[in-house]
Amino acid sequence: MSALASHFSYAVTIFLLVAGLFIIIARGNLIKKMVGLSIFQTSVFLLYIVPGKLVGGTAPIVAPGFQVYSNPLPHVLILTAIVVGVATLALGLALAVRVHEAYGTIEEDEILERDAAS
Amino acid sequence: MNRQLVLRVIAKLMIPFILIFALYVQFHGDFGPGGGFQAGVALAAGVIFYALIFGLARTRRAVPDSLLDGMIAGGVLLYGGVGVAGMLLGGNFLDYFVLDADTVIGQHRGIFWVEAGVGITVSSVMLRIFYLFADRANLTESERDHPEGER
Amino acid sequence: MSFAQSVSANLPALQVVLPLLAAPLVLLLRSARAAFALTLVVSFACLAIAIALWQQVDASGPIFYAMGSWAPPWGIGYYVDKLAAFMLVLVSLTAAVAVPYSRASLAREIPADSHTLFYVMFLLCLSGLLGIVITGDAFNLFVFLEVSSLSTYVLIAFGRDRRALVASYQYLIMGSIGATFIVVGVGLLYLMTGTLNLVDMAERLADVRSSRPVLAALAFLTVGISLKLALFPLHQWLPNAYTYAPSVVTAFLAATATKVSVYVLIRFYFSVFGESLVFHKLPLPEIMLWLSLLAMFAANFVAIFQNNLKRLFAYSSVAQIGYITLGLSFDSVNGLTASIVHLFNHGIAKGAIFLLIGGIVLGIAKPGAVAPAPTFDRLAGLAKRMPLTCFGIVLAGLSLIGVPGTAGFVTKWYLILAAMERGQWWLVGAILLSSLLAVAYVWRFVETAYFRAPPADAENPAQLRNEAPLSMLVPAWLLIAATFWFGLDTSLTIGTALEVAQQLVRGQ
Repeated sequence: MSALASHFSYAVTIFLLVAGLFIIIARGNLIKKMVGLSIFQTSVFLLYIVPGKLVGGTAPIVAPGFQVYSNPLPHVLILTAIVVGVATLALGLALAVRVHEAYGTIEEDEILERDAAS
Repeated sequence: MNRQLVLRVIAKLMIPFILIFALYVQFHGDFGPGGGFQAGVALAAGVIFYALIFGLARTRRAVPDSLLDGMIAGGVLLYGGVGVAGMLLGGNFLDYFVLDADTVIGQHRGIFWVEAGVGITVSSVMLRIFYLFADRANLTESERDHPEGER
Repeated sequence: MSFAQSVSANLPALQVVLPLLAAPLVLLLRSARAAFALTLVVSFACLAIAIALWQQVDASGPIFYAMGSWAPPWGIGYYVDKLAAFMLVLVSLTAAVAVPYSRASLAREIPADSHTLFYVMFLLCLSGLLGIVITGDAFNLFVFLEVSSLSTYVLIAFGRDRRALVASYQYLIMGSIGATFIVVGVGLLYLMTGTLNLVDMAERLADVRSSRPVLAALAFLTVGISLKLALFPLHQWLPNAYTYAPSVVTAFLAATATKVSVYVLIRFYFSVFGESLVFHKLPLPEIMLWLSLLAMFAANFVAIFQNNLKRLFAYSSVAQIGYITLGLSFDSVNGLTASIVHLFNHGIAKGAIFLLIGGIVLGIAKPGAVAPAPTFDRLAGLAKRMPLTCFGIVLAGLSLIGVPGTAGFVTKWYLILAAMERGQWWLVGAILLSSLLAVAYVWRFVETAYFRAPPADAENPAQLRNEAPLSMLVPAWLLIAATFWFGLDTSLTIGTALEVAQQLVRGQ
């Protein structure tokens, strides 16, 4: 139990990771899949950010009266990862819109049906 | 939503502050949390807010698509231009140290222009994405480019 | 410092920055003709830079380039060694061949107002692929991976068939899962070592090599990269993506995208984690061996029964990737040599085939109509109408089979050598047997195109002879010539691959 308490953030990370992946696999709706993908990617943000925080540390800007600073690098990396996530989400949704225009549905099984019929 | 007087008045009051705040985030990025990406998103959010209240057509007259395309490309080129300037002045790519005789000022200068490039591109990309999605609903069936299934 | 010196010192940065900055310029140009011209110039410049880097590495050893003059491990460093230079040449060569080809092909496959956008995406994809190869920073690698992947999804969605959209969406989901797995792996490595610089990471990993987070990182990276390189059970995205993408995109991706992912896998296995962990302590080689064998047989077998020529060769790509990972799993100099050299040999042969199929797609289209899918019933008797195109596909097909004299034979020779070294004669049999499957699908094309009577509507004299335009034939035939050149004169390809393999296998 103590291991879970001291590694709480990892538990959350793993939960988000698996939950996101589950949604991607289990849902046939293209929009819901994108939601799953976003949750999946969010888990990684947590994985990076949490170890960067030092208890009692401040933002890493040199100022009198502070000795302990948090590591800024994970934040910068994750800012980049967020940008990538935004781009992926925008592109995925754009494709979903186009699929809807071309097929009249965004349900995966219906799309397959219509492809098989045509 | 043209008749929503309260919304219109409040929006007009708030939008200038959103835009100013975006600029604050942009230029204070050297010293505190902030920077081009966050500022760009805030700036785009201000304009999107305007579009939600006053409609897409009016927004497009204020911030035309051609301007956005120019900004998307221009911001990246500004970023890259700082990098190339570093090379031309005898350093490596994105070398801020050579941008001024004093390396600290050189760093400030490099970060300022790079963040400016990021801000310009991010704000215009966010708006462009919004335009494209919002515009899609207004197209009539015939205007859409139907990718045709074969066979 | 003179301008020439300054350029030569900054070549590693220019290799990536040139296409990256050309992309927004193309967007500003707004004219399809100008966009094509600029892309053409940039792709040839990239090839020149790659060759110049190759010569520098050949003359004076690996090059290290510090971005923004920040010394490693703080800053992002670009690192070019023999293997990286080899891959840079492959990627930029493919681009330089694909761009001149693209104009005639795109004119029939993509609406005219999208041409500018196509070249923007193409340049971004090129820059991303080159960046993956050249960077020495684990996170930067992920960013370039996403730059290339995101533009690839768009390039695939340009396909005229509406199934291109679904294929692109599926690839986006699979690709993003793969990329996220890679970031998780990199994140765990960063937690354990506190560095993102790959060289630095390898040194610091020595102390914690067998700890559980490192093993987890290895697992995440293996699965993530395998998704990207379409290792057998994770290849589901590939056939649809290759089938419905515009011809030039298929050719470019088939020759570069999966190959670059294999390069990333080699980098992580041999340079970062180290042979002793990956190949000696874990059952990874056995798993990879069996997956590769499955890929070689299942994908080749499925390929034989495809009705769409593009799809047939897409499955053949999955099988060929099996040969590459098979060589990797041997963990011997000869095996790795085969893998590395097959990256190049398969890249040029498959690139040529997909370029030529692009010609067929145009050839079987009725004037003014949307180009149809190259299904076998449309290919009957095609050799009379498009002799050069069909003969080219057969020749490149010989390389896929591994006929002596072609580049494909060289790979199989080293694979067989590596199998014999291990005393596993049954593997030699398996390699030969899977090649027979390749004979079957190439023969199916020969039979249809050469021996079957053309469909009735093709009898009209205007359609009797409609070879693809020269701008499409010449690039493809250049690659076919290269397939035979590197099949006979192996000093360049095998020489490099052998040298790299010796360094990597004995490196730890």
